[in-house]
Amino acid sequence: MDKSKEDALIARDPEITWEDEESLALDNYNGAKALLDVLDQEGVELIFGYPGGSLLALYDALLDSSIRHILPRHEQSAVHAADAYARVSGKVGVCLATSGPGAANMVTGIANAYMDSIPLVILTGQVSTQLLGTDSFQEVDITGITMPITKHSYLVKDARDIPRIVKEAFYIASTGRPGPVLIDLPKNIMAAEVTEPYPSKVALKSYKFFTKGNSGQISEAAKALAQSKKPIVYAGGGVITSGAGKILQEMLEKANLPVVTTLMGIGSVPSKHPNHLGMVGMHGTITANLAVDECDLLIAIGVRFDDRVTSGLKHRFATKAKVIHIDIDPAEIGKVIRAHIPIVGDAKLVLEEFLTKINPPAIQDWWNELRSWQKEYPLSYEQDGRLNPQTILEAMGKISGEEAVVVTDVGQHQMWAAQFCPVNQERHFITSAGLGTMGFGLPAAIGAQFAKPDSLVFLVTGDGSLQMSIHELATAVQYHLPIKIVLMNNGVLGMVRQMQKMLFNERFSQIQLDANPDFVKLADAYGIKGRRVEQADQVEDALKEAVATPGPFLLDFTISPDEVVLPFVPAGQGITEILEGKE
Amino acid sequence: MLHTLAVMVENDPGVLARVSGLFSRRGYNIYSLTVCQTENPDLSMMTIVVEGDSQVIEQVTKQLHKLVVVHKVTNLSQESVVNRELALIRVKVKSDTRLEVLQTVDIFRGRVVDMGKNNLTIELTGDEEKIDAFVRTMRSYGILELVRTGKIAIARSDN
Ligand SMILES: Cc1ncc(C[n+]2csc(CCOP(=O)(O)OP(=O)(O)O)c2C)c(N)n1
Repeated sequence: MDKSKEDALIARDPEITWEDEESLALDNYNGAKALLDVLDQEGVELIFGYPGGSLLALYDALLDSSIRHILPRHEQSAVHAADAYARVSGKVGVCLATSGPGAANMVTGIANAYMDSIPLVILTGQVSTQLLGTDSFQEVDITGITMPITKHSYLVKDARDIPRIVKEAFYIASTGRPGPVLIDLPKNIMAAEVTEPYPSKVALKSYKFFTKGNSGQISEAAKALAQSKKPIVYAGGGVITSGAGKILQEMLEKANLPVVTTLMGIGSVPSKHPNHLGMVGMHGTITANLAVDECDLLIAIGVRFDDRVTSGLKHRFATKAKVIHIDIDPAEIGKVIRAHIPIVGDAKLVLEEFLTKINPPAIQDWWNELRSWQKEYPLSYEQDGRLNPQTILEAMGKISGEEAVVVTDVGQHQMWAAQFCPVNQERHFITSAGLGTMGFGLPAAIGAQFAKPDSLVFLVTGDGSLQMSIHELATAVQYHLPIKIVLMNNGVLGMVRQMQKMLFNERFSQIQLDANPDFVKLADAYGIKGRRVEQADQVEDALKEAVATPGPFLLDFTISPDEVVLPFVPAGQGITEILEGKE
Repeated sequence: MLHTLAVMVENDPGVLARVSGLFSRRGYNIYSLTVCQTENPDLSMMTIVVEGDSQVIEQVTKQLHKLVVVHKVTNLSQESVVNRELALIRVKVKSDTRLEVLQTVDIFRGRVVDMGKNNLTIELTGDEEKIDAFVRTMRSYGILELVRTGKIAIARSDN
C-alpha cells in the first residue's frame, strides 16, 4: 500500500484496528521520529520513561536516537526523577509514560513539580484520535486531569504540529515562573508522516512574562532599606531558580543584612554564612521566626508566603514590617500578604539593579538583638551518646565536605535534614516542599545523580517514605548509580506520630510500621550493599564505608520513634508560638 | 460586589475548561459567563461576571493572565460600558390578560416571538435591571419558562 493511502487510512477510517496502525508506523519520517529530533534539538540528553502500547512507534524510534532513555520502575518515579534532574541541572526535565494507567500514575509527580515550580516537559501516550472520547482501552483524559497542576498542556491532533508544540512546551516550561507542561500524543499521530521543519522561533501570542523589575520600585525599595532599623531578607526557591544566589550574597554582605530562607530556599545562601539565621516557619529556627515577627522591613525574594511559613495567619505575619516582594509571578504578589513595594521581575535582574542602589542602613542594634536570640535559642539536640538523627546528619556534612547533593523524602527526617545538613550551594538540597510527597526521595536521588554523575548524592529518607518507592532500588542498580541512602529507621510514620504526640495527647493512630522489612537484606536482594547502624560511635565509620564503596549503599540507622523535630510551630499558631520543649 | 471581566482568549479547544477550572479551583464564584468567537476567528471573548472585593478581582485577573491561552483581561466595571442580556420568557395568558401583557411587552420594548393558545413567548434585551423588572411584572401572570443569556458587555467609545 502506498504511503498516502496509508495516511488516509489512519486519518479517516474509524474501523482501523490497532494492529494495522502498528504495521504502518515504521518506515516514514513519522511523528515519533520528529518528536525525538526536536527533543534532540532542544538539547535533551535524557528521558525518564516507561513504555506501553500507545508508544510503540516512539520506543521503536528511540532505538535510532542519541537520546538516552532511563527506565524507572513506576511512572511516578519517572516524573520525580526528571523533576530532580531539572532541580539539580537547571535544565528542563523530560519524562514519558504511556496512555491511561501510565499517564495517571504520573499525576502526583506532576503536582509535585507544579507546586515547586520545576520546569518539566511531560510526554504522555494517548489512544488514537479516532478513538478519543470513546472510553477506549487505556484511555484517560490526562490533559483534563492535569489541568490544575500544569502550567500548560497540549493534546496533539495533527502530527505536523509536533515540532511547534514541543518548541513551545520547552519555552513555556522554562521561562517566567517555570512549571510542568504536558504534551499528550495520540498513537496515530506518532505514526503519521511529518514533513514540518523545526521552527526557529516561538510565536505565542498570549504568553507573557516579566524579567526586568520596575526601576522606580527598585529605587523605592532601596530607600526603604536605607531607612529601616530592622530589615530581614526572606529568600525562597525563586532565588535558586533565577540563579540569584551569588548576587544575593553580595547584597547581604554589602549591607550586612540578616537572611532567613524557606525550605525551597535552602542553598540560596550557604547554611554557614554568618548572616544566615536559618530556615523560617513551622520548623524554622526560633531566631528566624522571631526576626520575621519583629522586623520593620521584610525583603521577600522568590517566595510565595506559604502557610508552612505564615501558619496561614497573614494578619499575624510580619505585622510591623514594610514588605518588599520581589517575584517573577505577578499573581504571587498580594496573594497572601500585602506588598508595600511590589517588584515583578526575575530575582537576579532585580537584585543586580537593587545592589547598585542600596545604602547600608545602620542596624548594629538589630544585629545585637539577633545575636542574643541566636545565643539563647540555638538549634540544638541532646548530645547524650544516643544515635540521633542530628548526629548522623552533621557527620554526613563533615564526611562529604559539605559538597554533596542532599535529596530528602518527606517527614521528620526531611526537617532534620533542612535544619542540620550543611548546604553550601544552590541546587544542592533537593526536597519536595510544596506538595510534601512521600516517595519522592529515591527517584529524585536517581534524577539528581544523573544530573551530576560525578557528585556524591545522599538520600535522606524514612522507613515510611522509602517504602513508597522502594522498587527504584532496581533502577539505581541497573544504571550503576552510587547513591548513598541514609535511612532514618524509627519503625513509625514519625512526623504523624510527632503531631499525635504533641497535639493529640499521645493518642497514636495508624503510625506503626510493624512489618518493616530488614532493609539491609532487602537492599542485598536488589544487589545493593548495606549496613545497619545502631550506635552513635559507628556513624562516622559507616558513612565512610558507604562513601568508599562503589555503587549504591544503604545505611539503615536505627533511631528512636520518640525523637521530635523542634522547634515546632503548630499549624494555625503565630510563628512566635513555638514549641521548643523537649517533650 | 459584582465585577464584569472581558477576557480575550485564544479560540482553542479546552480553553473554556481552563478558564472555568481556574475559577472553581481557586474558589471564585462565577455569576455569569458568556463566550463567543470575536471578529478575529483566532480569538474568543468571554464576559465573566464574578463576585468579590477588589482584592479578589485583582487575584482573579492575575491568575487569568497566567493562563497561556489568555490574551487580555479588562475589568469593565471600572469603565463606562454598555451591557446587555437577552431573555426569552414564556408567559401564561388568558383572554382577559393577553392585551395587558402585550402592552407591557411594548413598554419594555420586547418582542413577541411565539404564540400559543394560552401563552406568549417574549424576547427581551436590555441590562440586567430592565430584565429583572420585566420578569417581576410577568410573575403575576405566571411564567412558564425563562432563559437568560447572562451579561455581555463592551466599553463605550470615548468619542
Ligand atoms: C504520599 C504521602 N502520603 C502521606 C503523607 C503524610 N505524611 C507526612 S510525613 C509522614 C510520615 C513519614 O514517615 P517516614 O517516611 O517514616 O519519615 P519520618 O517522619 O519517620 O522521618 C506522613 C504519613 C505524605 N506527606 N505523603
